[in-house]
Amino acid sequence: MSSDGTLNYLNVTHGLKSWLLTLDHKRIGILYLIGVSMFFAVGGLFALLLRVELLTPEPWFIESDTYNKFFTLHGVVMTFFFLIPSIPAIFGNFLVPIMIGAKDMAFPKLNLFSWYVYMVGGFLGVGAIALGGVDTGWTFYTPYSSGYASSQVILAASAAFVAGFSSILTGLNFIVTIHKMRAPGMTWFRMPLFVWGHYATALIMILGTPVIAVTLLLLMLERGLGIGIFDPKLGGDPILFQHLFWFYSHPAVYIMLLPGMGVISEIISCFSRKPIFGYNFIAFSSLAIAILGFLVWGHHMFTSGQSVYTGVVFSLLTMAVAVPSAIKVFNWTATMFKGSVSFSAPMLYALGFIALFLVGGLTGVFLATLGLDIHVHDTYFVVAHFHFVMVGATVSAYLGALHFWWPKMTGRMYPQTPARVSALLTLFGFVLAFLPQFVLGYLGMPRRYHTYPDEFQLLHVFSTAGASVLGVGFLIPAIYLVWSLFFGKLAPANPWFAKGLEWDIQSPPTTFNFEETPIVKEEPYAYDGPLPDNSEEVLKAGENYGV
Amino acid sequence: MNEVTLFPEQASVFAQEVDQLFWFFTVVCGLAGTLTALVVFVFSIVYRRGARRYAHSGHHSTLLEIGWTLPVAVVVMALFVWGAKIFINLYNPPESATEVYITGKQWMWKIQHPNGKREINELHVPVNTDVTLNLTSEDVIHSFFVPAFRTKRDAVPGRYSRMWFNATKTGSFHIFCAEYCGTDHSRMIGTVFVMPEQEYQEWLRSGAQELLSMADKGAMVYARYACGSCHEAEERGPSLESIYGQQRELAGGNTVLVDESYLRESILRPNAKVTEGYAPIMPTFKGQIDEQSLNELIAYIKSLSSVPAERASMGGN
Ligand code: HEC
Ligand SMILES: [Cu+2]
Ligand SMILES: [Cu+2]
Repeated sequence: MSSDGTLNYLNVTHGLKSWLLTLDHKRIGILYLIGVSMFFAVGGLFALLLRVELLTPEPWFIESDTYNKFFTLHGVVMTFFFLIPSIPAIFGNFLVPIMIGAKDMAFPKLNLFSWYVYMVGGFLGVGAIALGGVDTGWTFYTPYSSGYASSQVILAASAAFVAGFSSILTGLNFIVTIHKMRAPGMTWFRMPLFVWGHYATALIMILGTPVIAVTLLLLMLERGLGIGIFDPKLGGDPILFQHLFWFYSHPAVYIMLLPGMGVISEIISCFSRKPIFGYNFIAFSSLAIAILGFLVWGHHMFTSGQSVYTGVVFSLLTMAVAVPSAIKVFNWTATMFKGSVSFSAPMLYALGFIALFLVGGLTGVFLATLGLDIHVHDTYFVVAHFHFVMVGATVSAYLGALHFWWPKMTGRMYPQTPARVSALLTLFGFVLAFLPQFVLGYLGMPRRYHTYPDEFQLLHVFSTAGASVLGVGFLIPAIYLVWSLFFGKLAPANPWFAKGLEWDIQSPPTTFNFEETPIVKEEPYAYDGPLPDNSEEVLKAGENYGV
Repeated sequence: MNEVTLFPEQASVFAQEVDQLFWFFTVVCGLAGTLTALVVFVFSIVYRRGARRYAHSGHHSTLLEIGWTLPVAVVVMALFVWGAKIFINLYNPPESATEVYITGKQWMWKIQHPNGKREINELHVPVNTDVTLNLTSEDVIHSFFVPAFRTKRDAVPGRYSRMWFNATKTGSFHIFCAEYCGTDHSRMIGTVFVMPEQEYQEWLRSGAQELLSMADKGAMVYARYACGSCHEAEERGPSLESIYGQQRELAGGNTVLVDESYLRESILRPNAKVTEGYAPIMPTFKGQIDEQSLNELIAYIKSLSSVPAERASMGGN
């Protein structure tokens, strides 16, 4: 991973210890990248096993208990150990300080600590798998989880509990860093929208995560010590658990989505070579989503026994989320208007994001609608919807970010052609995997079903075929990105001719990012039309990077 | 491989209403989504790098922002209202409906009709008749789901919830448990048989001579636990006659509607809501009476007032 011999954050010190004790936000970002990728692989493997098992209506290679454990592990690993930390902990850590002209995060030691906390949570999760697994679903609904399941509930819940603290610490660090460490001239409205997205996310992290921590603690108390909180047999209320759980877990959806939206704003603007359209509206829509996100948790409970009128209020508030979401999409579209659009790999992922987020977001409006949700609640319709948002949109943004900032992070270029192919392949595989699930859901196929009536089989087969293509689409980047570390061309400081402080410094950056504190005089996204296409440098770059 | 279906059967009044809404949604959202995607696509082709260059356009316009936000807000609110209307109807059973008691249990549905007839994982109902289901669970949360009727509701331990439907088509339809409940969650399925009224009445009566109605069984539970020792002695406990469906005054000044949930709570946690004018001397029966007997007891108390008595006779007693 050496570059052309100049000193940078990667080669300044060597050895495992220099990594495990690093306080450099960029190295911590890389540590997260390694951890998160590991868990993504584990979660993905379980997904594939589930899809293969679902090829037939009757069980064919695993038993129901095993199936139930697999979907639980898939859910727990993907939400708590992949989606929630992915963009903020990797790219947020790496980029937020650089983008605002700071040398590091406000609390570097806390930052490193949060990675250890995350890994401890992760190993507890792995421990839960090794000791027999857990079968409650990632939602841990009571009283099943507290009184009936005979699997590693406490271990799995404590894994999520611990991982939550990592998220709180990261959020805290972002907020203080953004408030206190901006370079001279970096006013709030000169910050890249990526930073705004992370600011909104951080708010949710520190306000929401403590609630899930307490909820999981109560669950463990009931299960471990028989203290009646949720189980009606012990005088508790099972619906209370759902309220507490979703009070965090709905906003958590926006922890997974808002940073991704930040990424998309960066990419679209760069590859359209135009300033982002409606900067203020995009920035404030992030905050609006974060705030509204705390007021809609009851939409998970329309069928569960909350009062009819509570349902009506939650439905109304949920549908309001459509407005800031639409604002973002329209502004991205307007950014491309009269731009100079190139189809580099990051841009393909961003366009994929928009397409999949449109479907995910619009079907969210279906689900928020009371009359429709009663029928499709807890069916594959919901499964399809949140995979469109979480996998379709968020993972597209994640891969977009990876391809956009990879040269900056590693100092290496990856080959464009396989990158473009895999961007298209994931889009195709994804749609094939999850579009049939909307149909399945409306037909009435419930989620978390190991066996199912014969008439659903064909759609399941399509879905599994799509999931396999998707798996290949994810595997290809793993190969060429690792390849690029050793054989890729050296990356220039600014391969995409992008705007933003991170592109003004060398690739990879030095440990303290800036020789001297930058003074910001420019508005963000100061793109000024198409690249000058006669410049030799640009022509060469065009070949190399597909700009 | 089996015959492929792409759209669920429509077998209830709700199914028609919900599907109308669904198709309207699909058209509206489909248009909005396709249009947006199309604009993105066209922009990325027309303004692709290397194509003709365009003069710089502005990068903010409050008018435009308002122009595209308002329609979204208006459409979404309209959709909300329509959806809420259906929902309020969906979860508010009419007074005159035929009632069935359903108890979920890992991993089966135990079903009891007011005349005492029981079935497991099968539910027989008459066509073109309002049917109310009273749901509860003995263990974990389940959810009673009939896709062909486009409705479901969770069966939550420790409380009652109700759902209803009016089947429009005879035939048999899937029952699914929609809330994950453990090992055999996916085998907690059954069948609704929708029958012509005549056939249904015959089915209901077959073997009914040997059956005691739910209310009669409830009377036996009532006797077994000596509820009468207080409730038929005016100074000790309130009379339970004709209380169902009435407003009750509670100690402390609140009032409460006497429905299934209130009756259940009064028996299991008598001190939670104490009737005005009485000492809280009633012992708790929590853990002593199982869900089935509790349903019967409640059916009995309901039969002591006039409304449910009529219902019981409709059930073919
Ligand atoms: C020791 C006397 C006693 C026994 C035995 C008893 N109850 Fe009660 N019950 C009371 C009293 C006193 C009240 C009113 C105060 C209160 O609400 O707790 C009451 C209230 C009720 C109520 C609420 C009535 C209302 O008007 O709001 C119901 C229903 C009820 N009991 C049912 C039963 C049933 C069923 C049994 C038998 C399983 C039973 N009770 C056994 C004393 C008794
Ligand atoms: Cu939600
Ligand atoms: Cu069940």
